[in-house]
Amino acid sequence: MDDLIRLSVAELGRRMAAGELTSEELTRACLARIEALNPTLNVFLHVDAEGALAAARAVDARRAAGEELGPLAGVPIGVKDNYCTTDMPTTCGSRMLQGWVPPYDATVVKRLREAGLVIVGKTNMDEFAMGSSTETSFYGPTRNPWDTDRIPGGSGGGSAAAVASFMVPLAVGSDTGGSIRQPGAVTGTVGVKPTYGGVSRYGLVAMASSLDQPGPCTRSTEDAALLQAVIGGYDFHDSASLDVPVPDLVAAAQADDLSGVRIGVVTEFQGEGYEPGVLERFAEAVELLRAAGAEIFEVSCPAFTYALPAYYLIQPAELSSNLARFDGMRYGLRAGDDGTHSAEQVMNLSREEGFGREAKRRIIIGTYALSAGYYDAYYGSAQKVRTLIQADFTKAFETVDVLISPTTPTVAFRIGERMSDPMSMYLADLCTIPSNMAGNASASFPCGLSDGLPVGLQVMAPPMADERLYRVGGVLERALESAWGHPLLNELPTIDTQAVTA
Amino acid sequence: MGLTAADVARLGALARIQLSEQECAELAPELDVILESIRRVSEVATPDVPMATHAITMTNVFRDDVVRDSMTAEQALSGAPDDEDGRFRVPQILGEE
Repeated sequence: MDDLIRLSVAELGRRMAAGELTSEELTRACLARIEALNPTLNVFLHVDAEGALAAARAVDARRAAGEELGPLAGVPIGVKDNYCTTDMPTTCGSRMLQGWVPPYDATVVKRLREAGLVIVGKTNMDEFAMGSSTETSFYGPTRNPWDTDRIPGGSGGGSAAAVASFMVPLAVGSDTGGSIRQPGAVTGTVGVKPTYGGVSRYGLVAMASSLDQPGPCTRSTEDAALLQAVIGGYDFHDSASLDVPVPDLVAAAQADDLSGVRIGVVTEFQGEGYEPGVLERFAEAVELLRAAGAEIFEVSCPAFTYALPAYYLIQPAELSSNLARFDGMRYGLRAGDDGTHSAEQVMNLSREEGFGREAKRRIIIGTYALSAGYYDAYYGSAQKVRTLIQADFTKAFETVDVLISPTTPTVAFRIGERMSDPMSMYLADLCTIPSNMAGNASASFPCGLSDGLPVGLQVMAPPMADERLYRVGGVLERALESAWGHPLLNELPTIDTQAVTA
Repeated sequence: MGLTAADVARLGALARIQLSEQECAELAPELDVILESIRRVSEVATPDVPMATHAITMTNVFRDDVVRDSMTAEQALSGAPDDEDGRFRVPQILGEE
């Protein structure tokens, strides 16, 4: 049973197709693992064991009846708790939506169901996806399976930790400033932010609409390609959805060399503030890419250094507008409705009680940035920085095919360490934010350990060239695994279920 | 020039969030640190730089104006804190007088 949960998705699919394994057996193995580890790691906010087993049995029946099914049919998956699901609550890690069951499925969820994937539950996240550590969840922090005293990254720490701890082979997340890639880096998993518009946002509870992007969290590059192939592609319901053909991502993930691929190392994302262990693993990975046939260049993108401050104007501004819908009238928490308060007072009280501290902090910043007299100076200036970042990317992609950098400046930090210092927390997303600002495709791949903790390498490709991420990621993964003798996650220490009592 | 607790309270009122005096006092210096870092963007956001309005340049998206299925009233009301006669019930909106 223990071996089963460690198999790659491609192998699981093959065994199910060959009749050697049923989805029900696999789902039961995942549910048992979740039951054993969730009290320690706090990865899943909701587990629907009955629903998952019913879905698994339905896939098994279709397969037994001779139906031709997709490669992921019957594979269990975890879904970040900001995707609307009709059969499970969607809380966004907030008290505001405690117990709320949406009346419709997100497009990503609908496509997972149609492809026969088995949704086992909803994964923990920073409240309304704002945070870099999964500590701002109303339902308590998620713990990193590599070291339960440390954060699993954020905001999608639950999805990344679910995959890293072998609770499920696959998960989906959402990436607004790095919320798939940064958790991927600090948990030793693969996290992909597809091109903006490449995967539909319909039914993903909006945080910062011009930046939010759904994507895969997996244990391997090929698994991520298989998952993006299922959830990606045009959707009528999302006005920003790209109506372009999806490239063959799985074939790209299986490519065996990087001959003729030009790779640019971003000069701005190294040096001061980066842990030596992170830089060492990164430099070793660059040498492996070179050995695989890639040409390596240094590329300067000066506007990237302004991405972080500009992001912290655009994101709160859009967030303060999106979160205005939580007014206690049509859904969510309502406080103070005792007949003595007006509707406006009830709104104020509901929002005071429903939102956590980080949500309030960002709503206040956003309200300030959008208020009369400050709009041009703040929001307008930030949108100009976005133009400069896009121009840096465009210029870079004239000479190189992809850009690379460390995904994060440091390995996973300790729980509580940065909670009282918002700027140090925000630095965790330093390298990931430019891709959200420009809308291009970007991903994080594991590239080794520093002091026993995972380090990630980020690959950035032009918009609609997602297949380049998979080609570089796949070749790097095989080179590293051949050097180590096994996948990085084989080094995951045994998780001490007695260590955490809270 | 830093934000004061009174500024934070005023922003809270604009954002429809009731903030306690303690929350306003604690948030003011934290917001100051963030705003100070954010002021850096004006260094490069010169008048000659156009604003990016979207991550990917797109033309406006139109669709045919056709009737299609929508949510039922029951579905729309399913998450409401309170409802009555097939409608959302909300607290008093008009003035007391």
